[in-house]
Amino acid sequence: MMLFIIGLVSGIISGMGIGGGTVLIPALVFIVGSSQQLAQGVNLAAFLPTALIAIIIHTKNKYIKYRIALYLFLFGLLGAYFGAKLAVHLSSQLLRRFFGVFLLCMGIYEFFRKGDKNRKSENRSKK
Amino acid sequence: MLLTGFITGFCNGLFGSGGGTIAVPAMVHILGMEEHESHATALSVIMPLALISSTVYLKNDLLHWDIIWRVALGGVVGGVIGAYILDWVSTYWLRKIFACFMIAAAVRMFF
Repeated sequence: MMLFIIGLVSGIISGMGIGGGTVLIPALVFIVGSSQQLAQGVNLAAFLPTALIAIIIHTKNKYIKYRIALYLFLFGLLGAYFGAKLAVHLSSQLLRRFFGVFLLCMGIYEFFRKGDKNRKSENRSKK
Repeated sequence: MLLTGFITGFCNGLFGSGGGTIAVPAMVHILGMEEHESHATALSVIMPLALISSTVYLKNDLLHWDIIWRVALGGVVGGVIGAYILDWVSTYWLRKIFACFMIAAAVRMFF
């Protein structure tokens, strides 16, 4: 049940367009006590079905720029493979530290990013 | 752009998340794409990349399905709820609060 709730909360957050994995992974590590690699594996696999549904919706709305997607994908392939290879070979402790640094950068970026106040103005007026 | 692709895949594989955090701003700021298109395009790139990284995790026995299916189920339900309430709440302050949580979690993970 706890796992479902963790998934639910991170799903709500990612559904609102804010990174869900950044909640899910620390939650699994701190609440469930899983290793860093295991938590990351959960995030990767749990992301797939949701992403697939979202892609289908985006395809219908014609939001995807295929040419750019293809270029990014081709070079992403190498990165995805070597990144994962590195992750499985590091100790959980060290990977968690690296993740901490990465999360800190994302947190700072998230805090200072601009433009949202205007973009969501129509939502804010509903309050 | 090629570097963006590589870094996106690398971080997504290494950290099991965060590919979008790199790809979306890169597309918006470097390629001058619209936010909505960037999100959709990023997702279409990261999904297959996550699949590749997953196979590496799978080969190393790091995918525990008894945990994954419960989290994924919650994730799907939560995703729908999140998309609906998006119209009712201001994400501006939510992002700020969320960012503070991320920073706090980051510090705890490091030490």
